[in-house]
Amino acid sequence: MFLDFFYKLRARGVPVTTHTWLALVEALARGLHGDTLDGFYQVARCILIQSESHYDEFDRVFAESFRGAAADARDLLQQLADWLKDPRAQDLDPELRAALAGMDLEQLRRELADRLANQKERHDGGSHWVGTGGTSPFGTGGANPAGVRIGGGGGRSALAVADARRFKEFRRDLVLDTRQIAAALRRLRRLTRDEGKLRLDIDETIDATARNCGDIEVVLTPERHGDVRLLLLLDVGGSMDPHAQLVSRLFSAAHQGGGFKELRSYYFHNCVYQRLFEDAGFNKPVSTASLLKELDSKWTVVLVGDAYMHPGELTMSSGDWWESSRGPSGLTWLARLADRFPRSAWLNPEPPGLWRSGTIAEIARVFSMFPLTLAGLEDMVKYLRRPALSSERRSVITTLARGR
Amino acid sequence: MQSFTGTSEYIVSPELARAVDVAVALGRPLLVKGEPGTGKTLLARDIARFYNTPLERWHVKSTTKAVDGLYQYDAVRRLHDSRFGDGDVRDIGRYITMGPLGRAFQRDERIVVLIDEIDKADLEFPNDLLHELDTMSFTVAETGETVAARHRPIVIITSNNEKELPDAFLRRCVFHWIEFPDRALMSRIVRVHHADAEERLLAGALEAFYALRAVDGLRKPPSTSELIDWVSALRHSGMDPAKLLGAGLPFIGTLLKKEQDIDTASRRFSAPPNKSGGRTGH
Repeated sequence: MFLDFFYKLRARGVPVTTHTWLALVEALARGLHGDTLDGFYQVARCILIQSESHYDEFDRVFAESFRGAAADARDLLQQLADWLKDPRAQDLDPELRAALAGMDLEQLRRELADRLANQKERHDGGSHWVGTGGTSPFGTGGANPAGVRIGGGGGRSALAVADARRFKEFRRDLVLDTRQIAAALRRLRRLTRDEGKLRLDIDETIDATARNCGDIEVVLTPERHGDVRLLLLLDVGGSMDPHAQLVSRLFSAAHQGGGFKELRSYYFHNCVYQRLFEDAGFNKPVSTASLLKELDSKWTVVLVGDAYMHPGELTMSSGDWWESSRGPSGLTWLARLADRFPRSAWLNPEPPGLWRSGTIAEIARVFSMFPLTLAGLEDMVKYLRRPALSSERRSVITTLARGR
Repeated sequence: MQSFTGTSEYIVSPELARAVDVAVALGRPLLVKGEPGTGKTLLARDIARFYNTPLERWHVKSTTKAVDGLYQYDAVRRLHDSRFGDGDVRDIGRYITMGPLGRAFQRDERIVVLIDEIDKADLEFPNDLLHELDTMSFTVAETGETVAARHRPIVIITSNNEKELPDAFLRRCVFHWIEFPDRALMSRIVRVHHADAEERLLAGALEAFYALRAVDGLRKPPSTSELIDWVSALRHSGMDPAKLLGAGLPFIGTLLKKEQDIDTASRRFSAPPNKSGGRTGH
């Protein structure tokens, strides 16, 4: 049960290392869990997990692994002792085996033996069993996104805590608040010392002064500053309405916390055509072509939209869907953006399950598409730092950008 | 070693108390994260009080370097002295001052060290401290002298999540996320600060507070410290606690710090009771 827990956590993507696992073994051998399952839950969580985004998965695995275990968790030590008797005989992965080989197992075994002897002397207070009340594995928290606290105060059992799934909202595959988005976007920054205000560099000054036989020689270096210019293009209205709040968080995060050298944002409806708009009310138009000319290819471009529209809006080549005048199709405009700005990506608030067909799939051929979740944002930032265009995408973009 | 239970001035959840015990027993740093205003920084002060030991504070800024916490070498003063002939510049030791960690290592007792807001510093900062926190010793490069901890200090690290911390660093820490307190815990926390407040007022304030936090779309939901300030304001004004929500939340400025949030909240709480918050546009 004990070792299963370790492998299950890893199988579910919780990064538990042998290093932390052995720290847990040590903590248990020292009795830090106070011989209760609750204590074990608390000790295991604070040692094995290093991010609140993994709390939820930890809770789920814990509930699965220890449902039906005795609440006083005394047999846990026995299991641990049995395991340590001959860890090599068991089916361990090489990493864990190597780590165990490097440990002072004798010491651990002695500590465990003492503790077990101690335990037997104590009055056996009728261990009761928990978790057999027919609750579904992860059900009790259910509909309330904030999670339900069971019992309150110190009376909650570990399984009730785990079942409540109070940390669901910290999962990384959800988007949370402005601050987290800002933190993700900030990783786009690159710091350079190209230009900017000069500052006294004390270390260099001392060095130069020493070389100069003690006559003060002042060295100035430019301050470090952000060098990334970001162009944000946002789809508003229609099918984007359900995502309005999410997009507005992204928008304010980019503005407040981004620290970009320059940040511009424009709006479009469904698809980009010959005009973009400075305001979400579509009153102040800007020509897309002039933007393509004005901004150089070092700009980072992020489009945010569900990419979901009537196919005609994307491909009609006789002219814009929304404009009476003739012009290239929406897809052509998108390809021109992708062509001009190699550092570009598309953020989609719709789940990736829906991307395989229709206009979404069409646009995903032009732009690398990422889900608008925390994990998606992080992936996008990683991609934008080192964009790699497949030759297939490259040729799609060049063909489409030529338009007609 | 005695198990940590918090003090009369600082209420801890059983999970946090256990995490402190584990960190102390294993001699690993305790990394604490959580919403702003959940008492991350105060925890270190309280642990020091609980174990009755001194506390060294190290407030990290964006310009802080890892070595600053260990020691600082005042080259400028030495240069100055060499030019104007004050003191013996050959004795480098005179120009070395210990930082918070360095001082903690030199103590004759185990003390608590707080490394506050570690995420403010450069990305490399936590990595630069790995070795020193592991071995609890360092070498002063300028003099070659080694400073080793006589007693492993209890190290508490707080982070506001502004930057991801490196994995190698995280692996060495005991981690705890301070959850936002539920109502029962919160009422105990508020009691610590307002021991003699009227029960009815506290109940009313908590009711309004959690209703406000539940409002969707707040940029910065109010936290514990704001609630405590708000209760002070309410007590001074002698408001009728039953009417807090109806009155459009008096002194809302103590709870919400962003103009948009105040707008959102006042729209929500001063509107006629039966009007549903309908969505607009499509």
